[in-house]
Amino acid sequence: MENRIKTLFEQKPQGLLSVYFTAGYPNLEDTVPIILELEKNGVDLIEVGMPFSDPLADGPTIQQSSEIALRNGMTIPKLFEQLKDIRQYTQIPLVLMGYLNPVMQYGVERFCQKAKEIGIDGIILPDLPLSDYVREYKALFEQNNLSKIFLITPQTPEQRIREIDSHTNGFVYMVSSASVTGSTNGKAVVNTGYFERVGQMGLRNPGMIGFGIHNRDTFSQACNHARGAIIGSAFIKALAQEGSLEQNIQTFIQRIKQEV
Amino acid sequence: MINYNVDENGFYGKFGGAYIPEMLYPNVEELRQNYLKIMAEPEFQEELQTLLKDYVGRPTPLYFAKRLSEKYNTNIYLKREDLNHTGAHKINNTVGQVLMAKRLGKKRIIAETGAGQHGVATATVCALMGLECIVYMGEVDIQRQAPNVARMKMLGATVVPATSGSKTLKDATNEAIRDWINNPEDTYYIIGSVVGPHPYPDMVARFQSVISEEIKVQLKEKTGSENPDYVVACVGGGSNAAGAFYHYLDTPEVKLVAVEAAGLGVGSGESAATSVLGREGIIHGSRTLLMQTDDGQVTEPYSISAGLDYPGVGPLHAHLHQSGRAIFESITDDEALQAVLELTRLEGIIPALESAHALAALGRIGAKPDEVIVVNLSGRGDKDLTTYLDRFELHGK
Ligand SMILES: Cc1ncc(COP(=O)(O)O)c(C=O)c1O
Repeated sequence: MENRIKTLFEQKPQGLLSVYFTAGYPNLEDTVPIILELEKNGVDLIEVGMPFSDPLADGPTIQQSSEIALRNGMTIPKLFEQLKDIRQYTQIPLVLMGYLNPVMQYGVERFCQKAKEIGIDGIILPDLPLSDYVREYKALFEQNNLSKIFLITPQTPEQRIREIDSHTNGFVYMVSSASVTGSTNGKAVVNTGYFERVGQMGLRNPGMIGFGIHNRDTFSQACNHARGAIIGSAFIKALAQEGSLEQNIQTFIQRIKQEV
Repeated sequence: MINYNVDENGFYGKFGGAYIPEMLYPNVEELRQNYLKIMAEPEFQEELQTLLKDYVGRPTPLYFAKRLSEKYNTNIYLKREDLNHTGAHKINNTVGQVLMAKRLGKKRIIAETGAGQHGVATATVCALMGLECIVYMGEVDIQRQAPNVARMKMLGATVVPATSGSKTLKDATNEAIRDWINNPEDTYYIIGSVVGPHPYPDMVARFQSVISEEIKVQLKEKTGSENPDYVVACVGGGSNAAGAFYHYLDTPEVKLVAVEAAGLGVGSGESAATSVLGREGIIHGSRTLLMQTDDGQVTEPYSISAGLDYPGVGPLHAHLHQSGRAIFESITDDEALQAVLELTRLEGIIPALESAHALAALGRIGAKPDEVIVVNLSGRGDKDLTTYLDRFELHGK
């Protein structure tokens, strides 16, 4: 079967909205309800975060959601258990995102097989180096029809962007500015020079902009420079609001999508 | 023969590497491509050697500890890293790395610290070079190593508390790495031990290797042989041990003893003995032994000693453990405290809590009367005096 991420980018030219949330937050069993509610509200792609005790690339919001999720009892086996029937309910592209150590302890091969079985489409492991991926895991990911998505930043040299583009499929995750996740210092979307530079490189893969996208303005600006954008920390903050999960998700997503 | 040096991909056996998010890649890659070249430059070496001699106070003495030797019925020499400027071995590395940072044109220095010795040593060289300095330190460690916090402030550094996780060295390191991600252009990260992504473990080991370089010369003068039977050092991340072992790695007759902190006991759940409790995993960019749950979440370690309170070890030490090249011992809080009092009362030297773990292993080694042991006395105990007065009930006496 076609990878759902690939199909998505073939079918929808622009303005794609991808949402990240930490599995197991706010409550252990919220994973599937959050996915279904996001789809219902017209989100295009979902990144399910696998919480880690020491998330180096994350700011305070995702650190805290990870800590709570772990305290709630989230683990990779638990997440796979929750997702085992997900394809009976939704065909939205699903990406698992987390750090390498928990995946390594689970077993990378077993992890990829299980992800395929469930119908996962892509994997993001920010601390798995490109060189290790190419040497040890690329064949495994491809056999299991999993897109391995890599990050690039404003500091990534052109040569390396091309190398990453050549080894990946799905999309290139353009980190908006030099920062951990959740920064709203405004650097995020003024990085027009970098976005244009990458845009003009004619990469094989579409680009999605993430990190620091937190409202309608930043989302629509990012969409002007790439195929779409990814929202994480701002969504996690929305989940912490008073009110039902459904209501919080609906309010947040509708606000982002207005007039884009 | 087993190779104990780092290979071209940054591995010691199967340990090491650079497991870092892409945001850190340009900085780490810049360092990887340049560190050996810069360290080989004659002007760099001259500046480094001059500073080590005139500023740090090297060579540090190799002292024959007569009364301690009598107690253990063997021959014990102490490598006096406690006599370095700022009071520990940490400055050997920060002097080297600050020169590296300057060569790379960086203006802002960040560091993590546990016991505060690395923080002080970094703040010191930053004052010397007129560079901005930010030190991340766990909130728990800020409490238990207050004198070093005061010194850092006096030196003009900003001390930022790390409030996540166990609020100790691991968390301070996370925060320093996040700072580096947020400041990719002008900032240099001076890591304080042989941990982190390649090339840090190798670079830090090279800067600390001056310890064993000197031991060889000094021991030869004193005993006629440059090789002792044992070299003993404590291991937090493992930088003082790496320095003390470095020039003996390929000399199998010299037994290397790495001493970890058992905390309240290896089986107590409150421990930092990574070689016993750890499994292969990834922490702070390095594949190494790591204390973790079955699910791969990092376990919060515990030791009375802030400098040893770390859930991993440097990849070199993971390799020395796995290959059997080094003997690993673990010492409890109480055993370390006993060793503090013993050295203080037998030799008139108050050791740091970290170094006391190495001293406490003397009783485990079973050295013969004609054998020679070198213990790396990595630091002095000034920073730990409050703990000592509490534990030995010396207040008001
Ligand atoms: C005196 C002293 N010894 C040892 C250590 C442990 O570090 P390492 O294992 O890198 O030598 C520290 C760390 O703070 C220290 O201050």
